[in-house]
Amino acid sequence: MDPLLLLEQAFNGLQFGVMLFLIAAGLTLVFGIMDLVNLAHGALVMIGAYLATTLVAWTDSFILGMILALPATFAVGALVEVVALRTLYRRDHLDQVLATFGLILFFNEVVRIIWGPISLYSGLPDYLSGHVEIIPGAPYPVFRLLIIAVGLAVAAIIYFIVAHTRLGMLIRAGASNNEMVGALGVNIKSLFTFVFALGAVFAGLAGMMLGPLTSVEPGMGEPLLILAFVVIIIGGIGSIRGAFIAAIIVGLADTMGRVLLPVLLRTVVSDAAADTAGPALASMLIYILMAAILVVRPRGLFPARTG
Amino acid sequence: MNKRQIWLALITLALFAAVPPLTVIFDQPFYMDVVARIMILAIAAVSLDLILGHGGMVSFGHAAYMGVGAYAVGILSYYGVDNGFLQIPLAMGASALIGLVFGAMSLRTSGVYFIMITLAFAQMLYFLAVSLEEFGGDDGMPAMRSEFAGLLDLNDTLQFYYLVFVCLALTLLILHRLVLSRFGMVIRAARNNERRMQALGFPTYRYKLTAFVIASTLCGLSGALFANLNEFVSPDVMQWTHSGEIMIMVIMGGMGTLIGPVLGAAAFLLLEENLPEWMEMIMTNAGEHWAIVMGPILIAIVLFGRGGIHALFVRKVSLEKGRGHG
Repeated sequence: MDPLLLLEQAFNGLQFGVMLFLIAAGLTLVFGIMDLVNLAHGALVMIGAYLATTLVAWTDSFILGMILALPATFAVGALVEVVALRTLYRRDHLDQVLATFGLILFFNEVVRIIWGPISLYSGLPDYLSGHVEIIPGAPYPVFRLLIIAVGLAVAAIIYFIVAHTRLGMLIRAGASNNEMVGALGVNIKSLFTFVFALGAVFAGLAGMMLGPLTSVEPGMGEPLLILAFVVIIIGGIGSIRGAFIAAIIVGLADTMGRVLLPVLLRTVVSDAAADTAGPALASMLIYILMAAILVVRPRGLFPARTG
Repeated sequence: MNKRQIWLALITLALFAAVPPLTVIFDQPFYMDVVARIMILAIAAVSLDLILGHGGMVSFGHAAYMGVGAYAVGILSYYGVDNGFLQIPLAMGASALIGLVFGAMSLRTSGVYFIMITLAFAQMLYFLAVSLEEFGGDDGMPAMRSEFAGLLDLNDTLQFYYLVFVCLALTLLILHRLVLSRFGMVIRAARNNERRMQALGFPTYRYKLTAFVIASTLCGLSGALFANLNEFVSPDVMQWTHSGEIMIMVIMGGMGTLIGPVLGAAAFLLLEENLPEWMEMIMTNAGEHWAIVMGPILIAIVLFGRGGIHALFVRKVSLEKGRGHG
């Protein structure tokens, strides 16, 4: 197999991984601190993508539109938390799952009413639609490189916030005992709103960057949401570090699996059988990986929370 | 078990039994298929109620077993095996086997991990079905109605209806006996306080796994009937939203009551069927956006509707006196 193709796929896997991390980060933060299972997190990915597409068209500037979409997503996230999710924190996980499932139906329909049922395609400006040769002989799309860079930068920012700021200290304290944090005089309600909206921004950012790669359509976040679940299960629910490592593992495994498995299978079984089994096995690979990790470590690679 | 609950179950079943003559009287043959669909999903919902309501296992991938049952029928039919005496047991057997494998792994975890893992496993089967080009991939595949050696003709709407009816009644009867048995008591006790049950010497993991396999087997039956109803199988049946819908039926009807989820299935599907029309009446072209009303209805049911529809008819059902702490 061509090593350059492999390298390109490794980059694609990395890009997919950082994208998953952006989604999983908010999910795992919200679960870690508020003990909330939020299925509607995928809807925030979608909302981010729609807001960005609209704002890019309005401002007629890709960068400006993207940047404006971030506070807009933050606002939507804060609104959702205050109006709908706040009452769910004290409920059990079953109630949270069902209520946020209802929210998904609602959001998908709202988006369909505002933007219509047809997929939107947002193009890229010229300076982002080209290719660069990072390694001689292997041109790679600039925009995908940008996604990797932004994803890694956000990961670094999250790490800095959580590990080295007062807010991060509150987040960590909230994850281990939020009642105590409240008792110590911290406004726990606004902390929750802020953390949720921050998670929404990360998810929205993933959606914004996904828009030009695929299409922006109702329900676009849900397949990613389930992958984000796989990521935080593997990483250990509540752990940012776990989410990052698991996201990269899942991104690479999924992308490389789709390329390598059919080829590897050909060396074992007949070509026809490999062509059938390869894609089937590749689509199941990350779930098998998840099952294998859980057999060894039932609480994920970096268990952050007991209970 | 409460006498009123038994009456509620009998009246519900009697109403289902009376549907075919009523559709003839009112000349609405269409409703026979609607109610058959309700009963098929009721089997799935009741089977979920065993593990969700009684066992406290929040399985978010129950539609997967429906999918396994449906695909078993579809694939057998693809290879020319139309005999229902073979198809139905094989469909249930396949669901049982997959339930055993997934259950054995999922039950090692608990709480929110369990919810997400069951969801992920179901999604895995969904993608497997999508990638099987031989069996239609994304588009799904046709499935002939099962044949029962000339004893039953499922192409006859009436005979199919009563086959589904009998399956539902048997499912209810079996699960009713099961939850009242010592086994049922153990899984409820394990839900309330697993550690205490372990201290008492009960291998709770094995009990829970058994319940999980029973639930997936019955759900496989529901899937096999579903394939027959639609004469078509597609990955959509395993969509995670479908798992969510089955779960909503259980909650809407009343968790841990068996007959409740049957009512929940009826309420959910009738709502889904009629909501667009009702919305049309208020505003033209509003019908296509029925989900914008359905979503908040679900949230309201979760937040305010403790006990579900069942609670409207039967005030208080407690299978044990003096429940332990959660």
